[in-house]
Amino acid sequence: MSILRMSKTLFKNLFHGPYTVLYPMKQKEKFDRTRGKVKITIEDCIFCGICQRRCPTGAIQVDKSKTSWTIERLQCIQCNYCNEVCPKKCLGMDNQYTAPSKGSVKDEYIKCMNTQSPNE
Amino acid sequence: MGQQIIQPVTPSDLLTEVIKLKDAGYRLVAITCTNKEDLELSYSFDKDYELINLRINTDSKTEVPSISEFYPYSFLYENEINELFGSKIVKINIDFKDTLYKIPVKTPFGKKEGDE
Amino acid sequence: MGKRTVVPFGPQHPVLPEPIHLDLVLEDEVVVEAIPRIGYIHRGLEKLVEKKDFQQYTYVAERICGICSFMHGMGYCMAIEEIMEVKVPERAQYLRVIWAELSRLHSHLLWLGLLADAFGFESLFMQSWKMREQVLDIFEETTGGRVIFSVCDIGGVRKDISTEVLTKIDKTLAGMDKELKEVTNVFINDMSVKLRTKGVGVLTKQQAFDLGAVGPMGRASGVEGDLRSTGYAVYGKLNFKPIVDEAGDSYARTNVRIKEMFQSIDLIHQCITLIPEGDIKVKVTGNPNGEHFMRVEQPRGEVVYYAKANGSKNLDRLRVRTPTFANIPALLETLKGCALADVPILILTIDPCISCTER
Repeated sequence: MSILRMSKTLFKNLFHGPYTVLYPMKQKEKFDRTRGKVKITIEDCIFCGICQRRCPTGAIQVDKSKTSWTIERLQCIQCNYCNEVCPKKCLGMDNQYTAPSKGSVKDEYIKCMNTQSPNE
Repeated sequence: MGQQIIQPVTPSDLLTEVIKLKDAGYRLVAITCTNKEDLELSYSFDKDYELINLRINTDSKTEVPSISEFYPYSFLYENEINELFGSKIVKINIDFKDTLYKIPVKTPFGKKEGDE
Repeated sequence: MGKRTVVPFGPQHPVLPEPIHLDLVLEDEVVVEAIPRIGYIHRGLEKLVEKKDFQQYTYVAERICGICSFMHGMGYCMAIEEIMEVKVPERAQYLRVIWAELSRLHSHLLWLGLLADAFGFESLFMQSWKMREQVLDIFEETTGGRVIFSVCDIGGVRKDISTEVLTKIDKTLAGMDKELKEVTNVFINDMSVKLRTKGVGVLTKQQAFDLGAVGPMGRASGVEGDLRSTGYAVYGKLNFKPIVDEAGDSYARTNVRIKEMFQSIDLIHQCITLIPEGDIKVKVTGNPNGEHFMRVEQPRGEVVYYAKANGSKNLDRLRVRTPTFANIPALLETLKGCALADVPILILTIDPCISCTER
């Protein structure tokens, strides 16, 4: 009958409740593989600069003299290429996104090159 | 994956070759242009998943006849190549005269003075 | 002869997903001629090949378009692999086909929703997009992104899918099959849909062939041509037939796309049963040298990738000819003689993806 054609879907929708998530009160859960933002374990980094050369947008800056690794969060396209070419495997992908903001968001990580042992 | 044949032709032979392909039932797939030392136009035709390419090596001063009398929808490709590469394809059935894309730079893919 | 007026359609219009401009010449509400003007999203992606090397360009090639993004990446990688004569392992080819067919499914669901919205049937639009969310969740779980996947690479794919996730995908799609049957039943049999689409924008078989229509637009007019039959990637081992309709109006195009959706679900099921174990990637060294034309079947039709390399790390030339570019002349022909109220429907039946067209 032509009026009741969508009846099964209609009944399900009446009793199911909303299919959408009440954002920002509740967040949708992300999966493990979601590419949110790049994270680095700075102690393993040798500052070779391969990630800086291979980044398609040029968002990474590596400075060997200051032992710092900087990333411009809003220029990063979360493509994961830096993670694949890193020889020490110190880069990884976090599954939470960077929050939006005005201007540039630069995150700088500096490695402490302390040669004194802590008990001295 | 089907065959791919590349066949070089001269601008004056172009129309005779195109008439032969049209009578055999080929359809036009794309017209491509590359800019190396000079302009290299490739006309691609297809029938039953076999691809035949006609290749013309020319420069931006030679006039190339348009094939829009036989394949009327080639006007979009030829206008784009005229605008981006600075070639001279004449007698297109609908000629936009460089207003198709409205980009501020003239012939961005074409040769610039003092080129590498 | 009545008085002629020129009505500009676009670039901003509620029914268009992307900006395109058409000057419609009207004679008392009947369209006589249409003059297109494109170029609102020209980003110069073909010129970017001179700056980025050929491996970095994989990421740029995927971002040409949001809806057909995986197939652009796949076509680019396959063109470079043919030039460098790299043999991709079989498991990677099966995974590529699974992702490609899922792309086709979500693109057609998006299109069905937009078509329902174009004639005001908003609840059907919401139902189609609700089903599409399930496909996008599958993408996020397996590749990491909902729209841009970054999973195709020269020499294979970057991420693997485990067997439990494959069985889960199979079950989700089987459940979606039943819901899909009910929603598409409305599209095919409802009287209001039929009134707006039957007999509107008829393209005969000879016209479609002469104008070079590709994809579902050409197949709905009787022109048989589905590039998946040439057997690239692993399509040669799968069992399917191209879907062709004879009528040539908007109703036939809707029908072809709906049947293609069910065919995609069936193809994914065949792939999941046949997929072998093995590597997913092969190491690629050196630079490409040579040229090749690669053709892939996107949800909208046939896309041609022409890559020319000269032995250095940057390609000489990359040319992408997208199916919407080839369907624009067919659109201009169908617009002649239709009423002004049918113009949005006709533009949507070619499935315009203007960001692909203008790169």
